[in-house]
Formats: sequence, structure tokens, C-alpha cells
Amino acid sequence: MLLSDNHRPPVLEITGLTVHYGDHAALSDVTMTVREGQYLGIIGPNGSGKSTLLKAILGQVTPTRGSVTVFGRPLSEALGQVSYVPQVADLDRSFPMSVREAVLTARISSRIRPFFRYSAEDQVLATELLERVGLANLARNPLTDLSGGEFQKVLIARALARQPRLLLLDEPTANVDTTSREQIYQLLGSLHDDITIIMVTHDMLAITSHVDSLACLNRQLVYHGGPQLDQQTVNRLYGCPIDLIAHGIPHRVLPEHKEENEHDPGLV
Amino acid sequence: MIRALFEYQFLQHALLAAVLVSIICGLIGVIVVEKRLLMMSGGIAHTAYGGVGLGYLLGFEPILGAFFFAILAALGIGRIRRQGFARGETVISLFWSLGMALGVLFIGLMPGYPPALNSYLFGNILAVTRADLILTAVLTVVVLGLILVFFQHWKAFLFDDTFAAILGLPTAWLSYILLVLVAMTVVALIRVVGIILLLAMLAAPAAIASMFKISLAKRMLLATGVGLGISLAGLGLSYTLNLPSGAVMATLGALSFFLARLVMTILFRQKRKAGASDAPRRKERMR
Repeated sequence: MLLSDNHRPPVLEITGLTVHYGDHAALSDVTMTVREGQYLGIIGPNGSGKSTLLKAILGQVTPTRGSVTVFGRPLSEALGQVSYVPQVADLDRSFPMSVREAVLTARISSRIRPFFRYSAEDQVLATELLERVGLANLARNPLTDLSGGEFQKVLIARALARQPRLLLLDEPTANVDTTSREQIYQLLGSLHDDITIIMVTHDMLAITSHVDSLACLNRQLVYHGGPQLDQQTVNRLYGCPIDLIAHGIPHRVLPEHKEENEHDPGLV
Repeated sequence: MIRALFEYQFLQHALLAAVLVSIICGLIGVIVVEKRLLMMSGGIAHTAYGGVGLGYLLGFEPILGAFFFAILAALGIGRIRRQGFARGETVISLFWSLGMALGVLFIGLMPGYPPALNSYLFGNILAVTRADLILTAVLTVVVLGLILVFFQHWKAFLFDDTFAAILGLPTAWLSYILLVLVAMTVVALIRVVGIILLLAMLAAPAAIASMFKISLAKRMLLATGVGLGISLAGLGLSYTLNLPSGAVMATLGALSFFLARLVMTILFRQKRKAGASDAPRRKERMR
């Protein structure tokens, strides 16, 4: 999708979003619009408010100021069209649940019904999605048997089982091996004709070759545009020297970063 | 002992209490162990002691006082944690000490000799009254009902509460209800193993069940079975050897866990060794 294509209807509109944790401003006056079919990558250093932005979109944190609308409505009215893929590290893989069950949980409706059982359609959908992410053969296995990459694919299948129009992903390739990472990017690439995707990531090299737009966040929105970044924007985003960013395991952020020239991450 | 079981009502009460407590521990214990809520459960249990003291001071059934204090502690700890005023561990510790302190203060305010509180602190399944049994049965039915009727919702919530919120499930309510269920379980356990020893009965059967790769429902069933074995063995031993029942059950629970862990470790090592020694043969066959 071309960024100049402003004819597509907005999926997500964020206006003047400010979020505080106590006295600390995690996000300050962020305004952006994401349009239908867009595949947006959000990057930024540690503590830049990326995850807070996702939480705010999902209604998990209350903004100090500003608003978020999804499909022109407050999130609470558009929940059925939104889905989410958390980081694998946020969940307990030892939870006693099979792969199929994990995907099926997405089919639980908000109206709590006693003795709820999944329908035959739900079961078919779960099978199809597990085939799509290449894990149909592991459907009966417990989650604890899975590798990080396989678990991430299960979480993506679960998110897709909501049949969303907007998919939010928080670091879908963190703690994932190279092969799985490529498979996940291919899968997301095949989805974004039908689904608007917003992905928070540290994987800058990969993201610039997969997404069609990029937002750079450092508590404020530093940049929102095409996937190619210029040096000035990177410097404004990260400052210098540029650090490798870690969430437990170091992420590949700027692999072409040169020792002799710390201001030249070689991104563009 | 079988003949005594038909003769003595206190033994029949004890047997029924053992069955009910095993069911409630099997269900809630698995959740508590899985969601790492054991310290929270300990905090709720010790806060309940304040209610026991208040019951004695004001002349109402102490276990009802324990019930209300446990519920208030569960909701209070949950609320403070959600608001983020203080770290969970800090809040739990303060509730823990405050409940015990209030219990001691209330008893201290009573005129005359203080009542015997050992059965609340260390439990005595052989002293379970009809009233205790009715309360335990009601609590078990409520806990069992709420878990079974909404089992799929609980499973989704326990696995990933953020995603459950996106599904539109009332996750704040589910958190509070879960804590209230933990409080109910704690109250049911107080007369059997006591405030100080109940964590062993809550944790051990669930922890043993968690050693197996089985579904949540099967894990709960297995934990119930293990709990039943521990409580019945504890009851039998304490009756025949005239030992304090709460201490016997807590000891059996802890020992069962360590024994199960040891057996699993040995089995795992043997399996790994067998796998390693099979590897060259497998390679040979492949050639």
C-alpha cells in the first residue's frame, strides 16, 4: 500500500495520546493514523513507550490525555475486530493446555455462557489456522513441548482465530530462531492484504524489508512514514552511541553498526 | 479403624471433611500453584486469624469470623495490587502480620482464660463439628460450581489475562472472584490442617500433579486424588497413633512431594540414559 494512499478508511486514530506511570511520562502527545491494509512497524529504544502504545490501543492502560479510536469507535465497541499477539516471554509455556486448546481460546465470546463448548466451526477454524502456521501435526501436543518459534506461531494462530481486521503484535520475533523468524514474517506478509497489521519490534533490518510503513517512537512520535529511514531520524530516535537493545536476550537492532563510526548504523 | 468409622460420628465428620477438602484443594491448589499465588494464599490464611480472634471476643462462631476476614483480605490485597500502590509481596506480608496481630489482640482483650486456639492454628480434623462440615460443604459446592460451569473461561483467563480482556471477558471481576475462591478454600482448610500448615495441603497435591504433562482438568482430578490419599492417610495415622492430624497431613503432603520429585528425577535420568545408549544402535540401523 502506498503511504500517499489516503483514500483508504482509517483503522486506528490516535490523537494527542499521553500516558503517565506515576510522574513518568511513558508517551507524550502521540498523534497518528493507521489506514486499512497498512503494515506498520513500530521501533524505538528501550523504554520508548512502544509496548505502552500497544497497551493504550488495547485499553490496558488509561491515557492521561488524548484518545484512541478503532474503526472510528472507542475500542470497547470494536473489540471483536481487534486481535493481539503478545511476546512469548510474557506467557507461561508450561501452562497445562494443548496447542489446539490455546488457539481455540480465541473463540470464546465476551458473553459468558455457562458450560461453554467450542462449536464444530471453531474446531475447523483452529485446524485450518494450525495448518497455515505449519503446526497441524502438533495440535494435540502440550504447549510445554514447543520451541519458542513454534509457541509464537501458536499465538499468531490464536490471534487469527479472532478473524480480526486489525492485528497488533508485540515483538513477534523476539526469542525466536532465524528460520522461524523468516516464516513469521512471510506469514504476516501474506496476511496484510486482508488485515491491518501493527507490529512492535527491535528487528530493524528485517522490518524495513517487510513493512510498508514505519513509526519511530521515543516517548514522542519521532517519525511516521515509509520504511526507509535516514540517518538523521535514526540519530534523533536512538541518540548516540546506539545501544543494542535487550529484553532478556539481546536483539539484533543495528547489525551493520560500525565500531569506528558510531553515528553510521548503515540502515538506509 | 473401619469399625470405629461406623461407630463414631466424629470420625464420619473427619472422613467427609477429608473428601471435601481434597476436592477444593485439587481445584484451587492447581490454580494457585500455576499462577504462583501461594504466598497470597498464606497471607489470606494468616489474616483470617484476626477473624477467629474477633469471633471469640464478640461471641460468634470463630470460623465465620475467619471467613469474613479471609474474604476481606483477598479483596483488599487484590485491590491494592491492581491499583499499584505497593508491591504485591509487601501488601501480602503486611496483611499476614496484621491478621495475626489482630487475632492475638482480640484474644488478649477477652476476660478470663484465653480459649484453646491450637485447632485453628494447626488444625484438627478429628474435632470437625457438624457446623464446620456444613460450611466446608457449602464452600466446596460454590468453588466446584464456579470452576466447572465457567471452566473454558477460567482456562483462557489463567493462560493469558490480557488476551482474555481483548476477548471481552471481565478480567477484573475474574481476578477478584479467583481471590475469593482462594479465600474460601483457605477457610475450608483451617479446621482440617490449620492456618499455619494449610499451605502444604494446598501446594503439595497440585505440585505433584503438575509433574505430569496432562490437561488442566486432568491435573485438577489428579491433584484431588493425591489430596484425598494424603488426607485419608493423615486421618488414619493421626487416629491410630494419636498424633496431631494437621501436622501429620502437612508432613505427609511435603514428603509426598519430595518423594514424587525424586522418583520423577530418577525416571527422567534413566530415560535419558536409555536414549543415549540407544543412539549408536539407531545410527547403525540407519546405515
